[in-house]
Order: sequence, then C-alpha cells, then structure tokens
Amino acid sequence: MTPRAAAALAPCVLALAAVPWVIGNEFYVNMASQVLIYALFALSINMMLGYGGMVSLGHAAYLGIAGYACILATTAGYDQLTAAVFAVALSTTAAAFFGVLSLRAPGLGFIMITLALGQIVWGVAYRANDLTGGDNGIRHPARPMPFGFDISDAPSFYYFTLMVFFVALFFIWRFARSPFGASLKGARDQPRRMRMLGHNVWLVRWITFVMAGFWASVAGVLYVYYNLFLSPHAISLQQSAEILLMAILGGASTLSGPIVGAAIITLVKNVVSTYVERWNTLLGVIFVVVIVFMPYGLVPGCAQAWQRLRNRMKGRKEVSPAASEPAQ
Amino acid sequence: MTAPALEVAHLSKRFGGLPATKDVSLSVSPGERRLIIGPNGAGKTTLFNLITGDLSADAGSVRLFGQELIGMPTQRRVHLGLARTYQILTLFPRERLVHNVVLALLGLDRRRWNPWSILTASRDLYANARAFLEQVGLGDAAERIVAETSYGERRRLELAMALAQRPKLLLLDEPLAGLSQAERQTVRALLDAIPREVTIVMIEHDMDTALGFAERITVLHYGEVIVEGTRAEVVADPRTREVYLGD
Amino acid sequence: MQWQFWIIQTLNSVAFGGLLFLLSSGFSLIFGLMRIPNLAHGAFFMLGAYFGFTLLQLKLQFWLAALAGGLGVGLIGIVMERFVLRRLAGNEQGQVLVTLGISFIIADICLLVWTGDPMPLSAPQALRPPLRFAGFAFPTYRLVVLAIALAAALALYLLMERTRLGAMIRAGVDDTEMARGVGIPVSRLFTTVFLLGATLAGVGGVLGGPILNAYPGLDTDMLPLALIVVILGGAGSLLGAFVGSFIVGFIYNFGIALVPDLAYFVLFLPMVLVLVFLPQGLFGRVQI
Repeated sequence: MTPRAAAALAPCVLALAAVPWVIGNEFYVNMASQVLIYALFALSINMMLGYGGMVSLGHAAYLGIAGYACILATTAGYDQLTAAVFAVALSTTAAAFFGVLSLRAPGLGFIMITLALGQIVWGVAYRANDLTGGDNGIRHPARPMPFGFDISDAPSFYYFTLMVFFVALFFIWRFARSPFGASLKGARDQPRRMRMLGHNVWLVRWITFVMAGFWASVAGVLYVYYNLFLSPHAISLQQSAEILLMAILGGASTLSGPIVGAAIITLVKNVVSTYVERWNTLLGVIFVVVIVFMPYGLVPGCAQAWQRLRNRMKGRKEVSPAASEPAQ
Repeated sequence: MTAPALEVAHLSKRFGGLPATKDVSLSVSPGERRLIIGPNGAGKTTLFNLITGDLSADAGSVRLFGQELIGMPTQRRVHLGLARTYQILTLFPRERLVHNVVLALLGLDRRRWNPWSILTASRDLYANARAFLEQVGLGDAAERIVAETSYGERRRLELAMALAQRPKLLLLDEPLAGLSQAERQTVRALLDAIPREVTIVMIEHDMDTALGFAERITVLHYGEVIVEGTRAEVVADPRTREVYLGD
Repeated sequence: MQWQFWIIQTLNSVAFGGLLFLLSSGFSLIFGLMRIPNLAHGAFFMLGAYFGFTLLQLKLQFWLAALAGGLGVGLIGIVMERFVLRRLAGNEQGQVLVTLGISFIIADICLLVWTGDPMPLSAPQALRPPLRFAGFAFPTYRLVVLAIALAAALALYLLMERTRLGAMIRAGVDDTEMARGVGIPVSRLFTTVFLLGATLAGVGGVLGGPILNAYPGLDTDMLPLALIVVILGGAGSLLGAFVGSFIVGFIYNFGIALVPDLAYFVLFLPMVLVLVFLPQGLFGRVQI
C-alpha cells in the first residue's frame, strides 16, 4: 500500500470505528450496520459488474440460500458457527452451479438467466411453506456469540459487522489489483484477445461469479444476524435490483463506488420510508435517472469534476473524459 | 524428420451456405517464413481464425508440430506455442502500453490465477514487458495510455504482445496495414530480426515489402489454395496473374 | 373424479399457456428485434389486468375492455420506447436496466392506485356457466381464452409471414444493420414492435384477470415465466414462444396442482436442460 493510500484510509477506518460513539442513538447505529451489510452485497456484485462487465439480476439468491440455510441449520440444533459455515458453503456451491448456467450466454442472456434463477429461488422460498414459512418468513433464534462476545446490542453488532466488512473489503481490494483481477478486466474489454493471449476467459468469469457468490453469502448470513428474520421479500427481484443499483450509482469501476452507493440508497430508503410508502417509485426513478444521466456513477463523476476543477485552476487543458470511462 | 510447424489438411468452413474456406491444405516447415496472399474475401483471415480456434472448423485438421488443434479451445492452442496479431487492432485502449504486454506475459504465467497478490508489485513481469516494448522501439512509450499513441505505435504494440508470448508459430495478419512507407521499413526490420526458432505465417497486401520476406507463398482465392510455391514460381504462375489482374 | 381432475388441469394448463403466449410472443419479438429483454413486460401484463378491472367497473363491455386495456398499455410502451429507450440507443445494458426501473415505477403506481388488495375481474356473463359435455364440466371462459390465444398466434403468424411489415421485422431480427442498409425504417419498426408487444401483454393481462385476478406482484410472477418461455423456445421466434408457452403452462400448472411447494423448482429443470444442451433454445433465431 502506498503511503498516500494509507493516509487516505486511516481516517476512514477511524471514522467508521467511531460511528457508535459519535451518533450514540441506537436507531442510527443499526442503520450504520445495515449500510455495511449492503455495502458488502454491493461490493460482491461489483466484482462481477465493475471488473467483469457481467450484470447479474439474481444476486439476492445468495442472501436467500445462505440466510435460510443458516436459520434452518441453527434451528435444527447445530451451533452457530457450524450453521454459518454450512450456509456459506451451500450458497457458494449454488453460485458455482448458477454460474455454469448463466455463463452459457454472455451479455444479455446472462442478465435474463440470472434473473430467472433469482426468481426461482424466490419462488421456492415463497412456496415451500414447511421449510421457509412461506410468505410469513422464519425467525433466527438469536445472534451468535463470536469468541464469547455478546453482540446482541446495536454498537457491538456494529463492530462485529465492521470487522467482517473490513476483512471482505481487504480481500476484494486485493482481488481488484491482482493478476487475476487484471485478467478479468481484460476479459471484460477484449475477451477474444484475452483468449489469444492464453487466458481462459470462461473460467476467469466463472471463478469471479463464485467468489461474488461467496461474499454475497457472507453478507446474507450477516443480514440474518442483523434482522433475526428472513422472508421472501428480502430476496425479491427488487432486492437484487437495489444491490445492483448501489454499485452502479456509486460507480462500478471503482472500489469505493459500491460502498458510497450502498450508503446513499440505504439512507434514502430508510428516510423515505419513514415518511411515505412510495419507496419503489423513487427506486425506479433513481434507477432510470442514474442510467440515463450518470452511467458511470457518482464516484468517477465526482473525481472527474474535481480533476477538471483542479486542471482549470492550474490552467491546464481538460483531461479527456474517455480516458476514465469504464467499458460497457 | 520433424513434424511441420503447421500442417493444415482439408480444412473447410461455411458461413450459412457460403463456403469461406474450401478444403485448404498447406504445410509450413519449422523456421519457415510463409506469405499468404489473395484478393479481398479470399478467406485469409478466416483461415487464421480457424487455426487459432476463434472459429470452429466444419471439417479438416490443423496440426501444430504434429499435435492436433481442432477441438481445442483457443487458450490451449496458445499454450502450445501459437500467437497472432490482428489486422484490426485489438488492444486495451485505456491501459498503459506496458500493461498490455503484461497481460500477454500473464496469459502464459501461472500467476494469472492469483487473486491475492498485487500485480504491479510483480517487478519481473514489468521489466520483461518493458524489454519487449524496447525490442519494438516503444521503450520510451511504456507508460503511455494506448488511446494516446499513434496508429503506427499501436501496430508495433500488437507485435510486442505477440512476441512476448514467445510463440513457436506466429501468425501475422497484415502487420503493415495502414503504415507509412517509413514505418513499414521499421516494422519490416523488426520482423527480420525475429529469430528462426519462430515460424511465421503472414498475410500481407503490400507485395513490395512482403515478397522479400517469405521463402514460400500461398495464394488463396475464394477460400481455395490456387497456387503455392517459391517466390519465383508464384510470381511466374499464370493463375496468380489471373487472380490479381484477371477479374 | 380422477378424470375430472386431469381434464380440468389440462385445460387450465393450455389456457394458462395461451396467456403466456400473449405475454411472451411480444417479449420475444422485442428481444429478437431490439436485442433487449424488456423487463417491464411483466408490469405491462399487470397493468393490463388493472386497466381491465377499472374499465369493467365503468361498465364497459368485456371484449371492448380487453381491447382498450391492451391499447392503453401499448401507448405506455410507445412512450417508454420513444422517450427513454431511444435516449440509450446502442447501450443495451443500460436499456435493460431502465426497463427494470420502469417496471418498479409501474408496479408502485399500481399499488398506489389500486391498493394492495387483489382485484377480481369477472368474466363475461355468458361465459361463466361451465360447459357440460359427456358428464364433465369444462370452464367455458378458459376455453375461450385458449381460442383467442390460438387466433392471436395465427394472426401473428400471418402478419410475420405474409405481410410487408412482417418481412421487415424478420429482416430486422436476422440482421438489424443489414435491414437498415436496405432502407427499412428500423427506428419506426422498433416503435411498432414495442407497441405490438406491449399491447399483446396488456390484452393478456385483461384476459388473464378473471383467472388470476389483478394483484400486486402479478408482474414479478409473470416476468420470470416469460423469460423461461423465451429461454426454452428461443428468442425472436414466434414458434418458439408458442411451444415454450404451452410447455411452461403445463409444467407450472401441474407443478402447482401436484407439488405446490416445489412448483418453481419444477420449472427450473427444463430451463437447465435447455441451457445446457440447446443454448439457442428449441427454435431460436438469435443467440441469447
């Protein structure tokens, strides 16, 4: 890590660690935990979207599979750790299988197939009353006690989530800068050329799909710990679309974009739904506006504006916007 | 007797009803320089695409040093020592030149599966990539973005990427296309400098520059091999004249 | 008793297949021509059902309501194509996501206007009593829906194969650039196909109303079925949409009747088989 990156990261880490002290109010601390969980979802979908150019509309499926598996295993009497490991393993295996099916067809077929698979998981959760409680959902007995620590109150749960989040962020950060990440980005921009350079494009995409499924499953388990409840509403198409929107809104080509997007969407959603019930319309409108007017998201957009401003102050000529645009 | 570097036998490909490659057979010995010529639509690039596996053949066989390539995915063929350049530049325009070559090196390096280490910390890959850029005269341009380089520089980058793969068989698809006279001489000199361990098959329109390069020439027309032989034989053959001057 | 069950379920399946055909033929045409899966198609269907409900409340005659409801949805489709999708020409990924965003807006507006309760649509008076034949009772309305879907399929077939418009659409499905090259007004064709597709979905919604009711979530119930039909049958093919619709209609309907818990899972199997063995679908013209 460069000293400059470390200098930029340290205040962020401190600020995130200080959140419970600064805001104190339990409601807002919980919201901060929610932001972290969604940020992890958004980061995981962005491994596919931002670096691989694969638009998945079925990402909530892993929340569902991991979440239900975790609850069912715990209810069946397994200890929390075993249940969590089982849940993540099962859900990642599902991702491996879904990946094989979805990657049959690149591009738009991928969107359709991930959507259909996601809806099938939703439909099974909705209909399989005996297992999932159907529309009513099921409860998780209690939060776990990792290493004997009680995380049932808001601040300690926040710290627990923050730690998991940092671990994930670190891995995803390394992923984006790794040789494998370079190979994935190459496959996004020039798949044919990458094959001719000796890269196995299909396998690179599939491994990414599975890794994204893994982190989404981890987020799914956190989601269940946070809510202590899971119903089919949490794994609907709308949920998948929200997660995708977070990554696009913040800027899919960047690491921080999905986090920013997750924070904005989660806060707007919470604020709006306390006043009106019309969250979906707003979600749809944000979706359309972002895609039509801000296809590269907030973080690259702001970075570009900032760059332009600096250049103007220095009297240099503008950087061409094309240089920082991600490929379709 | 060693196996030919490239042996194509009875290779055929149809698009819809139209035959693009008709029963093509040709054999290139190790170390040879082979030129493939033919008018537009003769199926030259299609032949390359069949050899690399970008297209799947309807019938026939393609052997690289005796090993059958048909049915193998492109990247496996590449791992056996095949490399190519593209007539239409196929680069990573938003990346630095050195990164383009690093991707080429990475393709044959086990580290490409590593999702954990930092790529830019692999000093050896970058040093190696710079050496290949140096070799094509782009040493000073290594840190520039591809989109900001000239067309001639990108042509040479294509070549540097292919050379970085240390191929046994190199397919060059019009490496001189769109270059100025001076640039052609530069690239021609680069091609001449490629050691004889590398077998080269080249498609080229510019006869003046290309003819002197190859020992043997194959003329394709409507997907078929019309003439094949030494430079003198092909130039003297009436069928060559017919293809180029007749219609 | 046992016989009655199988006959009724079979009839329900083909009637549902007919509805799916109205939904997915338009979806498939739009996909084939414009290369985008219109993710608002489920919302179009639901909107059709709600329009139908309101028009029937206004005492409009049922068949007129079906027509008017369908055209209403068709108009919304045109607006969406002209004013939103067109702005994103060339950015297919953006277009798909926008159709999804619009489907959320439509769904939420439906919730606002028609509340969260299911709204029943009643079938025309004359078609309510069951048809009795050889000791069995057949639901008359479903038979009529099936007949209408078959008629629509025939009409679409004639439109595609026998008219100038159809020839242009076929040319566009096979190669949009080529079609543009030979002077086919591709842009107007896009609008026409969107109108046609949205109208079919809307009519399907009204006709489906008496069977399914209009309720929030009808859109996301129907959309995946349309996707699966197209994955099965192949994109851009009318025959594929037709065959796929009835396959999915049967599997889904019998799945719900026999293994209600796993009805969705049962749907999954044929989709997987086709994806693995026939990536272009049964009758696909376009790679999805």
